This record gives sequence, structure tokens and C-alpha cells, in this order.
Amino acid sequence: MSPELGHFALALAVAFAFAQAILPLWGAWRRDARLMQAAPAIAIGQLVALGTAYAALVWAAVTDDFSVLNVAENSHTLKPLIYKISGSWGNHEGSILLWCLILAMCGGAVAVFGRALPASLRARVIGVLGLSACGFELFALLESNPFARLWPAPVDGRDMNPLLQDPGLAFHPPLLYVGYVGFAIPFAFAIAALLEGRVDAAWGRWVRPWTLAAWCCLTGGIALGSWWSYYELGWGGFWFWDPVENASLLPWLTGTALLHSAIVVEKREALKVWTILLAIGTFSLSLSGTFLVRSGILNSVHSFASDPSRGVFILGLLALVIGGSLLLFALRASLLSSSGLFAPVSREGALVLNNILLCSIAAVVMTGTIYPLFADLLFGAKISVGPPFFNATVLPLAVPVFIAMSLGPALSWKRADLGAAVLRLWWVAVAAVAAGLFALIGMQALPALAFGAAVWIILGAIGEVVERIRLFRVPVAASAARFAGLPRGSFGTTLAHAGMGVTIAGIAGMSLAQESITLTKPGEGVPLAGYVFTLVDLHDAPGPNYASRVADLRVTRDGAPVALLSPSRRTFPVQKMTTTEAAIHTTGFSDLYAVLGDERDGAAVLRLHYNPLAPWIWFGALIMAAGGGISLADRRLRVGAPMRARASAAAKA
Amino acid sequence: MIRKMGTRKKRRMAVLLACGLGLGSATVLTLSAFRDTLVFFVAPSDMASKAPGPGRVFRLGGLVESGSLRRGMEDSRPDARFRITDGAATVEVTYVGILPDLFREGQGVVTLGTLERDGVFHAREVLAKHDETYMPKDVADALRKSGRWNPASGPPPQAALWNTLGAAKP
Amino acid sequence: MRRRLLLLAPLGAAALAGAGFLAMLRRMRTGRFDPRGVPTMLLGKPVPIFALPGFALPGFASAGFASVDLAGADLAGGRPILLNFFASWCAPCVAENPRLMALHEAGIPLWGIAYKDRPDATAAFLGRHGNPFTRIGRDDAGLTAIDFGVTGVPETFLIDASGVVRWHLSGPLTQEAADEAASMLRQYA
Repeated sequence: MSPELGHFALALAVAFAFAQAILPLWGAWRRDARLMQAAPAIAIGQLVALGTAYAALVWAAVTDDFSVLNVAENSHTLKPLIYKISGSWGNHEGSILLWCLILAMCGGAVAVFGRALPASLRARVIGVLGLSACGFELFALLESNPFARLWPAPVDGRDMNPLLQDPGLAFHPPLLYVGYVGFAIPFAFAIAALLEGRVDAAWGRWVRPWTLAAWCCLTGGIALGSWWSYYELGWGGFWFWDPVENASLLPWLTGTALLHSAIVVEKREALKVWTILLAIGTFSLSLSGTFLVRSGILNSVHSFASDPSRGVFILGLLALVIGGSLLLFALRASLLSSSGLFAPVSREGALVLNNILLCSIAAVVMTGTIYPLFADLLFGAKISVGPPFFNATVLPLAVPVFIAMSLGPALSWKRADLGAAVLRLWWVAVAAVAAGLFALIGMQALPALAFGAAVWIILGAIGEVVERIRLFRVPVAASAARFAGLPRGSFGTTLAHAGMGVTIAGIAGMSLAQESITLTKPGEGVPLAGYVFTLVDLHDAPGPNYASRVADLRVTRDGAPVALLSPSRRTFPVQKMTTTEAAIHTTGFSDLYAVLGDERDGAAVLRLHYNPLAPWIWFGALIMAAGGGISLADRRLRVGAPMRARASAAAKA
Repeated sequence: MIRKMGTRKKRRMAVLLACGLGLGSATVLTLSAFRDTLVFFVAPSDMASKAPGPGRVFRLGGLVESGSLRRGMEDSRPDARFRITDGAATVEVTYVGILPDLFREGQGVVTLGTLERDGVFHAREVLAKHDETYMPKDVADALRKSGRWNPASGPPPQAALWNTLGAAKP
Repeated sequence: MRRRLLLLAPLGAAALAGAGFLAMLRRMRTGRFDPRGVPTMLLGKPVPIFALPGFALPGFASAGFASVDLAGADLAGGRPILLNFFASWCAPCVAENPRLMALHEAGIPLWGIAYKDRPDATAAFLGRHGNPFTRIGRDDAGLTAIDFGVTGVPETFLIDASGVVRWHLSGPLTQEAADEAASMLRQYA
């Protein structure tokens, strides 16, 4: 019964979505207050309907209802409960439903938290969200129904791809989707602004928290995905410039740019047209990334079963959403005039520079990702673009971003003195150069440069706080008072920037990783980076829905035991697949990483890695996301903050 | 003090200049990286005419020649040597590392690496293409749609048994 | 005016990209675009020289299946044909069988090469699912498949009247790909 209930709820949600799209927009157009006021209730209704639908799907998966095709194809009675739940979004149909659910949550969030918004703006934002929800829910209902029945029901299901049966990946899609779909809210605000023909400081202030929330989730989602590929794929790397990874990085880059340009709109009423375009572009990139992966045009370990005919439907949907919004942009953007003037050397100038560079990086990554496809289409040339391309193009563009990250916050609005800012940061610069030179001893130039950049960014972020509380220049008590009075938003900035620095340090450390591939017999030891990995034993071990072959490795350093590593290979009988389970021992400053390969004549092929600073990559991302979270808690940024900008706050920040 | 209009123009110029500089450097970087790092796909029979010089990374794809795989050791590192062929020509390949689970003789394979002066292709990455036993999900979907296999009858049988399986009754 | 053009630029770029992706999707369905595929080196080239033992179906002789040997020279027989590599152990081959049968019933000449298969298994396979092929060769060692650069079964080649490979599909024949093959056959007839 419950699948039919879910199906019905989905159909109901589509009806709600149409109502949500038509009534508020019509109401805003006709200035009909009653229709505009209906918007929040409809949005909540849609959310409830979709929540019911999704609950029905999870229920079917948890109760092993194999009469539901989706469950039969992706689940199995032996599968652990957590993966039965995560399996509901681990396949195409379920993930589209989750996508719709999150879109409905966005509408619900604007309905609940957006009470302070002007009625017409709120109605339009909810209406635009409903309009995009229409498309995706229709797609779920007509083209990828997750509730399709199967009769007679099979005795057992086909099980999920073993690579996906992992806690890291289980919770990676929801986080990533909240990030992707979260950018629908800034998008809706941008479309609403184009419809109203007006963007002002208040608009910037309303858009920013939503962008920030989506950005935090996207940052977390990308980091979780990268962590997953680090420990689950067993290749010892954390970022492969895989097309699917790039598809998630692109909206992150433009979303980061949007986050910064929205500040300029809020504080200085400038860069309005650009910010609108970024909001549209970020959501468009989120959508296109999903499309490219699902249509099978881009392929990777992360991808679902590809289906070109499904791709045509999604492409049509994208043409409507992206094409429609860009057409509206072309027609209406000239109505938005910027008023804020600023000198090239100023806080605004630094933010513009940040935007230009981030978008250039995004353009380069996008080129590298889709150029091979177009080369194949247009010239029939089979080429591929690998990490060397991305390293050669992204790094030179990233260096000025890193430099600006510490200098920008030290500049004042409107017009600033670059020399004075540099002078104030002299100790940061000295420390960065010293770190770089120190790292240069016994290292290549690039990691040394990266270490210098990391120190520059982290200390620069701290220096910004030190400067604000006038530490050592006023009595300590006065400094403490200033510290307590600092707005949370500036803490957030500091933390997010410092987190970026930590991640860069981690990446620099990873570039110094050492690796050894050996054929080892039990009892033999392999030296690597001052450690000795001794193969103690090779044995079989049963698992819940797999059988595994385990190697026990004892790691010692100067004879003292350090860790016991047990890398394994799992064979999943139902899916007839083998996965490699890397074993990782982390100290917080470095990772020891072991992978078991095939065996010959009693000896096992082992791949061992020593990855200095590897955990910092994800730790830094966590700090970044936390920084965003703290900013969200800032009263000035809170959704529904008073409409009047507090002039003093604007001038100070 | 410059007149206000002049300042506005000047500032707009500065922003445009920065934009141009950013996009320009991105374009230059992309083009130069394309020249140096683009990875071409080369088949064994193209090796003579198309293969880039030593040290340049490219992809070599074809079939693993049956009976050509030799597993050995090189400085206590596991080393695999095999030949990749497309029928017309054959290339000797060496690879240090763990071969993918799907790697078989007679199966398609794509390798990434460099052609060294010894005439041997030194692979850094080996990707196995097809597998005889694992059924991709889209194929399973096609089978189900064509009525050849009904998920109602349980998990799909092993590929080796397919020929004894009848079309499911409608 | 310049400003208007500038504002239209994002729409134009998105439209171009969208058109490109649409073209990719359409070609993916007809087998003319495969982002993951290895291009066949044979396109536009004559088929490799080969000679395979023929395959006789016990009990099916009356159906008119030739048991004569299959050789490359036969392919340049004055009319275009489709050549399909298949195996009884290959699941996608089962999936594409109905479309091969439809082509066969439409009177399109189809030749098959049984790749690394046992004759009795091949016979059982064809008996069960239907035989779309007018002639079948046995490539027990898989060497002819290597000559054709086959990376996996099934793979289908379109060979024109003069024995030149004109079209190629690796993977099971979809309906779109079958239509494409049929129209190409008419083109080269």
C-alpha cells in the first residue's frame, strides 16, 4: 500500500508545485495580496506531500518491499539497515526524488523564515522555486517513477553497487544535493529581482544567508566525496579532476564568487547585474552537472546508470530553466543600475578581483571538462584532459586569489591604501616567506610555494582579528572587550579563510607523499618513510553481504609499534564485484595508507603510502563550512533581519 | 582632483582592464596547457605515425594479446608486461603496480603512459574496459525491458548460464 | 546596444552548449558518438583478411543456414552487410537479439561471428533466442576479433559492397542504432 501512497503524494506535490508556480507569480503581477499570501501555505503543502512520498520510498526500502522495482533493483535483505536507507537515494529514481524534496524544502524554508521579506518579493521567490519544482517533479513522476511496481515480486533484491555501500558515500549525496539545490534560493531571488526590476542593499542582505547555507553544504559535500574517494577507491589520491568531481567544483567556485559579490551589493549597491548573473550561473552549473552525469555524457565511478533518452528529457528541462532565466536576464538586467562608486584599490576592488579570478578558474575547469566531448563531437578527435592540464591552469590563477585572500579584508571600503595594508600585514608576509624558504629545503618549489601561501592565508586571517581588536596596542582588557564585541560574521570570514589555508597546507603535504608497491610474503617487512610495514598474515574473513581477504600489517618505527593496518579486498557475490578497502592510520599530521592487491605464490602485492598532512585537506574544509555556519548565526545576516541597514555596521564591516 | 565624470570612466576602465587580464590569462594558460598536457588517444597501428615523443603522456588502447602477460619483479616491485594489439600492430607495455580486477588477456584495455626510447610503453594507469561476467546496470535494464529476464525471478544468473535461459513469459 | 549584446552573451553561450549536448545525446543513441568508446581503426578501411570455420546448426540445416567457411573475401560480395560479433555467454547479446531478428526479418543480410564460444552453446543460444544470421563463422580463439579490434561482445560492423567498414557499434544494438544501421545500409546499397 505504501508505495501507492508515495506515488499519490508525488502526484499531489506536482499539483502543489503548479499552484505554487502560478498563483504567487500571478498575484505579484496583479498586485493581489490574497494570492501572494497564499504562497507560503502552498509551499508548505508541497513540502509535506514530498516528505510523505520520500518517507514511503524509505519505508519500502527498509521493509524490503521487493514488489517495488526500485527496491528490488538496488536493495537486498542482507544489506545493513543504514544502507537500506541510504540506498533510497543511491540510485537514479530515488536521487531525483531526494532532489525534489530538497527543492521543496527550499520553498518551505523561504515560506517559514522569509516573513520579513516584502510580500511581492517573497511571493515571487516562492513562485520561481515552484516553477522549477514543477519541472523536476514532473520528471520524477513521468520519466523516473521511483514507485513503479514489479509483479510477481522477486524473492530477493539485486543489491546496491558495493562501492556505494560505505558510510562516507551514504551521506555524501544528501549533503551535496542540499548544496546544489540550495543555490535555487539565490537563483529564485535573482529571477524575482529581474521580475521586479530592482536590486538594492536589502536584496543583497536577504540573498547572502541562503547562499552561505548552500555554500556550506556544498563545501561539506565536496569534502566528504573527496574523502570517500581517498579511502574507498584505494588509489591514494583525494582529487582526480574526474568530470563528476569537476561538475561539483564548478558551482562551488561560482558560488564562492557569488558569496563575495553579494557583499558588495549589500554594502555598496554595486555589481548588481554581475551578482544576478552569478546567481543564475551557479544554479545552472549545479543543474548541468547533474544532467551531464545522468545522461551518460560524462562518466565516472560516481555515476548512475546512464540513459541518453532520459538525458534528452533533462536537457529539455534545463533548456527551459536556464534558457528562460538567461533570456529574462538579457531583457531585464539593463533596468538594474549600479550606484556605488569605488576606487580600484579598495575592499570592493579586492572582491571584484576575487570574482574575476574565481570565475576564470571556473572557466578553465569547465573548458577542461567539456572540451574533450566537443572535440569528439566536432572533429572526431579522441583526446582526454588529465590532472596535468588542471594543475597547469588552475594553480597560476589560484596564486593571486591566495594573495588577495589576506590583503582584501585589510583594505577599507571605497578607497584604500594598499601600502598601508601591506605594512600592517608585514609580520604575516615575513612568516609566509620564511615558511616557504624553510620548506624549500629538501622540497620542490611548488609545495614550498603552497606552504608559504597556507601560512600567509592562515596568519592573514588571524591578523585581521588581531588588527580589529588592536591587540598589544591597547590594554589587554580593552582588546578582550573588542573581541567579545566582534560581529560573528567577521569571525566566520576569518575561520573560512583560515580553513582554506589549512586545506592548502594539506594539499601541499599530499604532494610530498611517498608510495611503495611491493610483492611481499608473510613475515617480510617493507620500509617506507622511516616506518617499517611488516606483513603478519593473510586470511579470509566473512562479512554480512560479502567475503573478504584481509592482510594484517604491523607498522613500526625504530622498532616501536605504531599501528596495525588491515587492508582488504571484498567480493560481493550478488553483484559479482570486488572492491578494495584501504586501511588508514592517521595521526592528525600524516596518514599511513595500505592497499592489498592480488596474490601470487603466497605473496601479496601491497601498495603502501605515507601521506603527510593528508587529514588537513578535509579538516580545512570542515573549518570552512564551520566558518560559514558561524556567519549564519550573525544577527546582521540572519534571515528576516530588520530591513533597514544599520549604517554604522555597514561602515565598520 | 579629477572631475567626477573622469573618475567614473577611469574606474570602469580599471574594472574592465582587470576582467580582460583575468580572462586573458585564463585563455593563455588554457591554450598553453592544451599544447603541453592534452592527452591523445593512440591505437597500436598509429604508433609509428601519431605517437608523441618520449616523455609525453598519451593513452594507448586495444586488446591485451592472449598469452602475452608476464608478471615479474623489478627492484622488488611487482611488474606486469603484456602486449596491446589492435590487429594491425602490437605494442609492448610495462606496468608497475596493481592491475585492475577486470584485467584479462584478450580483453579491451586502455592505458595511460609514455613511450620510452626502448620502444616499450611505460603505463602509469591501466583501465580494463569490458568484463565477461559483470553485467552493467543499463544492460540489465535492457534485458528486463526486452523480457529476457524478469527481476521477479530473482537476481540475474551468471553470465555463463545465459544461453540456457529462456525468454521470460509475458 | 553594445550593452544589450553583452547581456545576451550568456544566453548565446548556454544555447550553443545545449545544442552541442543535444547533438551528443542523439548520436549516442545511434552509436555515432561514444564518449567512453575506443574508436575503431577500421572505419573507412577494408576489412582485415580472415578465414574462419563455418558453423553448421545441427537440425537447422533445412532452414538454409550455410555451413561453408566464412572468409573476409566473401564480404566484398557486391552488397553491404552487417557483421555481428556475439557469444552465447554474453548477456548484452541476448538483449540485442530481438533487434537483430527484426533486421533479419526486414531482409537485411546479417553475418555473425561466434566469439570464443563452444559450438553446442552457440547452437543452444541461437535455438533459444532465434537465429538472425545468414552465415556464421566460429572464432574460437578470438584472433579474428583481435584483427577487427573488437574490445568486447557484442560489436557490430557495417561493411559496404566493396568490403570497406563504414559504421561500427560496440555494445548492444539499441533501437536507434538499429535504425541507423538500416538507413546506412540503404545508403551503401
